Amino acid sequence: MSAHASHAPNRSGLWDWLTTVDHKKIAILYLIAGGIFFLAGGFEALLIRLQLMYPESSMVGAKTFNELITMHGTTMIFLAAMPIIFALMNAVVPLQIGARDVAFPFVNSLGFWLFFFGGVLLNTSWFLGGAPDAGWTSYTTLALNQFSGHGVDFYVLGLQIAGIGTLIGGINFLVTIINMRAPGMTFMRMPMFTWSAFVTSGLILFAFPAITVGLVLLMFDRLFGGNFFNPDAGGNVVIWEHLFWIFGHPEVYILILPAFGVISEVVSTFARKRLFGYSSMVFATALIGFLGFMVWAHHMFTTGLGAIANTLFGLATMLIAVPTGIKIFNWLLTMWGGQIRFTTANLWAVGFIPTFTIGGMTGVMLAIPPADYQYHDSYFVVAHFHYVIVGGLVFGLFSGLYYWWPKMFGKMLNETLGKWNFWTFFIGFHLTFFPQHFLGLMGMPRRVFTYLKDQNLDMGNMISTIGAFGMTIGTILFVVNVFVAASSSKRAPADPWDGRTLEWSIPSPPPEYNFAQTPLVRGLDAFWIEKVAGNKGMTPAEPLGDIHMPSPSFLPFLMSLGLFIAGYGFMYHNYVVVVIGMLVTFACMFTRSVKDDPGYHIHEDEIEDKGVKA
Amino acid sequence: MATHHANAVLPDEPEKATLEGKNKLLGFWLFLGGETVLFGSLFATFIALRDQANGGPTSQELFDMPLVAAATLLLLTSSMTAVMATLALHKKNLKQIQVWLAITVLLGLGFLGLEIYEFMHYVHEGHKVSTSAFGSAFYTLVGFHGGHVAFGILWIILLQVSATKKGLTVVTAPKFYLASLYWHFIDVVWVFIFTVVYLMGMIGGKVG
Ligand code: HEM
Ligand SMILES: [Cu+2]
Repeated sequence: MSAHASHAPNRSGLWDWLTTVDHKKIAILYLIAGGIFFLAGGFEALLIRLQLMYPESSMVGAKTFNELITMHGTTMIFLAAMPIIFALMNAVVPLQIGARDVAFPFVNSLGFWLFFFGGVLLNTSWFLGGAPDAGWTSYTTLALNQFSGHGVDFYVLGLQIAGIGTLIGGINFLVTIINMRAPGMTFMRMPMFTWSAFVTSGLILFAFPAITVGLVLLMFDRLFGGNFFNPDAGGNVVIWEHLFWIFGHPEVYILILPAFGVISEVVSTFARKRLFGYSSMVFATALIGFLGFMVWAHHMFTTGLGAIANTLFGLATMLIAVPTGIKIFNWLLTMWGGQIRFTTANLWAVGFIPTFTIGGMTGVMLAIPPADYQYHDSYFVVAHFHYVIVGGLVFGLFSGLYYWWPKMFGKMLNETLGKWNFWTFFIGFHLTFFPQHFLGLMGMPRRVFTYLKDQNLDMGNMISTIGAFGMTIGTILFVVNVFVAASSSKRAPADPWDGRTLEWSIPSPPPEYNFAQTPLVRGLDAFWIEKVAGNKGMTPAEPLGDIHMPSPSFLPFLMSLGLFIAGYGFMYHNYVVVVIGMLVTFACMFTRSVKDDPGYHIHEDEIEDKGVKA
Repeated sequence: MATHHANAVLPDEPEKATLEGKNKLLGFWLFLGGETVLFGSLFATFIALRDQANGGPTSQELFDMPLVAAATLLLLTSSMTAVMATLALHKKNLKQIQVWLAITVLLGLGFLGLEIYEFMHYVHEGHKVSTSAFGSAFYTLVGFHGGHVAFGILWIILLQVSATKKGLTVVTAPKFYLASLYWHFIDVVWVFIFTVVYLMGMIGGKVG
């Protein structure tokens, strides 16, 4: 069929991982890197809780405390939650739509390496004069040179590099989902997880440029004498707040929608029922995505935008509770009358629903501007967003990991350990964050490194710290489980959960080309339909033939490394280093543009050799 | 699977003849959507800060309309020549594409030259990034646009040079198409800069 190289380039070990453009391997890279950052962020959280365990404690002290809360928040949102979401999207979305790969495999790998190097750059701040200490929101003027240290430069440049990676990743998923669906896979037959990945990617596309601009302005102010946020020279600090939250609120939906997607898949699989109200779920997801852009100023009620603005943004915020409520009821009705199996994945999903609902309820409370004047910047807000981010997103991620682990790695996670993992984490979570609602209502401000004793805050803080140990144990059990699974010799079957969607119709882990023959999709829950019809697998939509694959490439790694190097140049005003770094990046872009990638082919007989059922 | 050979017969609308081409096209449109938010944020910032001259020169004192008008003329014309290049692409005429793109690049260079001259002139007048919030906002918005123009020029030259070897294929056609799409985008952004920064800056006065 073609004169090109017909064999997969022989690459192995580390080199394979540094050059891969296979979405399944990139998923694993995202998971490992995101997992490590999750452990780092968790460790920071534990230190925060230890500092707050007793009143007037001086365990870490004020300066380190500020660095810890900043790095904890920044790491968890940008370097742990986002990449683990990208891990699941990479592992699952192409399989769910019956595609051989994403639309831009090269860009996919570039997105990962940019995120990775951005994250590493940010974290090197610990060793180079101190971590950023202006909060994960980095409000000006606090984040300007006069009031914070060199660390904020790492925040600015690290997030900028990582953010570009996220942005191109989002574009990649949008194009993949629009253009690469298998025959018959119409939009309204797409699994809910793919739908949520789609809407999340759209949010990424329109939200991230706002923070890109915000970070550029902050960089100019901090490094090049700009005056955007310097009131003494006509600057305006509220601009940062707007730019940050125009990005920031959509960001929280970027985070939560994929979790909604996971829960929809898991609840329906383990109830052995079709998802209740599928079209209303799609509608609700899209509506949440849209409304997510209309509410950013609810983070700025106390900024002083005025009563009209506060009222409108408050009302818009409350509106989001409607589509969110639709989802909650649909999950409950999916389980209603189903044959429910309480696997670990499903436990996380079932734990998610009430926990997330509590977080949504406190959200609506916060959306009432006069009430928010009381809650704002108190531990009540900390409790709120942890109920949605941990109780929502992280529970959703654990659910998804237990559910798709066999597909990603070909090994099953241990269910007994999994249940211990769930219960310790679940109980630990509520112990940690439930008392914080009351701490906040009793007046404990957030981001303050200690409190006086006998103010009725001692007990709540003590319980909260004990809970943090519960979550730590849960996390350690998960890591143990990963190693137990990796060392077990038992291979996971293709379809361990009696699944409903396309990813379960191919082996675990899937071969590099995913589908030997592109499947023909005949309805929602495509694989289930075939099972009900008594078919062994999917009906192919094409004859068996050679499969074209993209070549691996080292350029994404180098390109990101160039920006990483240039980042240090900017921070230390060393323009030789900037030029070297940028040259590396541009040389890679040049090479990529000039040298066409012919890819390679996997021959028909090689496919059959691998024993894939047609 | 699409063939990558230069001598194969080129289909109509070669830029979207392959799945890769279609993906690139869609991806690029989406990318421009993101760019719109990017410039939107820069514009909003500029509008909020444009009267904050902090005792430095104001827009009314600085702007030199004939110069800006000349730059605008160059850039708008270059958008037209980029359209001609796309028309030539649809006629599958590589030579015409090269000629029109070369003119586009020259016009773009002329624009950049005027802009650099303008900036140097302003700095001379005491209008710098560090002078005032207005200065920071002006150079960031207009400079971001200028950076886009510079990138576009380099990109188009690169495509032109490599097309002399590769010819017009289903691989190179989407690249030409995208480059001219990009060029139109930065042109549209300039129309907004011309209006919001320069025209509104001339009539000026406190607005907000
Ligand atoms: C029904 C849905 C929700 C409502 C009505 C809501 C409302 C609010 C409001 C009004 C605030 C501002 C509180 C203040 O600073 O005084 C807030 C803060 C926050 N919310 Fe939500 N929210 C909702 C869902 C979510 C979700 C799904 C997430 C993330 C997955 C999230 C994450 C956050 C975060 C991180 C903050 C704190 C930001 C900070 O100041 O550091 N929220 N929420
Ligand atoms: Cu919000």
